[in-house]
Amino acid sequence: MENVLEAKNVNVFYGDFQALKNINMKFKKNAVTALIGPSGCGKSTYLRLFNRMNDYIDSFNMQGDIMVENKNIYNKEIVVEELRKKIGMVFQKPNPFPKSIFENVAYGLKIQGVTNKAVLKNAVRKALQQAALWDEVKLDLDKSALALSGGQQQRLCIARTLAVEPSIILMDEPTSALDPIATAKVEELIRELKQKYTIIIVTHNMQQASRISDYTAFFYMGEMIEYNKTDTIFTNPQHERTQNYITGRFG
Amino acid sequence: MKKEKIIEGLLKFSALVTILTTVGILYVLLSESIAFFREVSIWEFITDKEWTPLFVKKHFGIMPLVAGTLLTTFIAISVALPIGITIAIYLSEYAHKRFKKIVKPLLEILAAVPTVVYGFFALTVVTPFLQSIIPSISGFNALSAGIVMGIMIIPYVSSLSEDALSAVPKELRNGSYAMGSTRLQTAFKVMVPAASSGIIVSVILAFSRAIGETMIVAIAAGQQPRLTMNPLVPIETITAYIVQVSLGDVQHNSIEYRTIFAAGITLFIFTFILNNIGFYIRKKYREQYE
Repeated sequence: MENVLEAKNVNVFYGDFQALKNINMKFKKNAVTALIGPSGCGKSTYLRLFNRMNDYIDSFNMQGDIMVENKNIYNKEIVVEELRKKIGMVFQKPNPFPKSIFENVAYGLKIQGVTNKAVLKNAVRKALQQAALWDEVKLDLDKSALALSGGQQQRLCIARTLAVEPSIILMDEPTSALDPIATAKVEELIRELKQKYTIIIVTHNMQQASRISDYTAFFYMGEMIEYNKTDTIFTNPQHERTQNYITGRFG
Repeated sequence: MKKEKIIEGLLKFSALVTILTTVGILYVLLSESIAFFREVSIWEFITDKEWTPLFVKKHFGIMPLVAGTLLTTFIAISVALPIGITIAIYLSEYAHKRFKKIVKPLLEILAAVPTVVYGFFALTVVTPFLQSIIPSISGFNALSAGIVMGIMIIPYVSSLSEDALSAVPKELRNGSYAMGSTRLQTAFKVMVPAASSGIIVSVILAFSRAIGETMIVAIAAGQQPRLTMNPLVPIETITAYIVQVSLGDVQHNSIEYRTIFAAGITLFIFTFILNNIGFYIRKKYREQYE
């Protein structure tokens, strides 16, 4: 399978603190890659490198290259806004905008200048269907998104991300604020989405990583300890630290 | 135990003093106004187009004073609203945290300058400057007073709006950036709508402050009650009239004396309504985010 994303000799610092240490990693296309590890291991920082969301942190400093489709996204000529249209992100806490359900999903297209109502309507419908939310909200598109349940809000945020048709989706613990049933729905959705998208997901939930991901990378103290097929990581880890973490001995 | 009781009593007393003062003010305001309206009908008060209680031929139409008040207030708001909101957006969406920490308190100093200083600033700096552009403008006018009052209330709009923008969960801003929005799009399409009730409250409070402002208009806007929306001529606001009569030598318990209470209660009704609208919006806003 093809690689779409690559980290080359990546080091990240927050002031004097080194958050990531010499990471080298390639991501497969149309696969779900899980990043696991104890809190503070750098996995969220790592995820946020791919859509340059760390840029807003004052003390953030990075060395190395992040290649997306063989282009270094930290090059000066890269337009961050364009990059983020290709690489979507779903956050830990559902963060719908205080607008209607329709306006939330149409947001990405509208800021790109799409005004044609039929186009918008179609895109919204398609995105909501992909996010398995359409049947629940099709009669309430004008209702405030804040009136939805937490699980629905998170699927709405996924739909909002899908509407601009990115190729890669970053997910930062997308189910940590959801109940088990809502979590199951989102996991089901992630499994379906990988047909069309490359997904990188940060999770604290070991079972989740084993259920939904094809590849898993284990991070510890800013280092990538082990990266392999998920089956291998969970059945036959090469490192003792990985073994200890996935069996719940620490972390 | 005894000490506790004494402290509790003291606290209760302080609370009571505040309430009693308010009740006292309301009582005086109402009783004097009622006495006024026994002699002048409310109908005349509202519909008469002239306000000349100190002249031989007396007219008691409040509208010229209301017009003067609203005129200066609207000029002030049209200065403070765009500038204040621009500052708020800049501070919350663009500026570095360290810059914001320094500039926000500096801006708030604007509201701490004694208003009498603003009044003279309007009269001796802004008016001559305006006269160099618009030669026909009078030495006392609503425009100059309104502009300076607008500058004074900028921090009400900018600080409170900035607070409202900062109170929007940062996840919304990140969500907008992650969708590929620019800073400008994030500010106007996500942050301002999310903070809209707080921003509206800030404008209402600024409005209320401008309506009640006294010194600037008393010094720079003139003392000629005039039913006009022309900002270039002298006018008089409700507050300026109250100052004028309070400082003058009208007899106690005369009709002239009572006009200041009638004017005062009109002012009170305006600010009371505005503060309540602000309170209502703020309450609704809280419900939305908790």
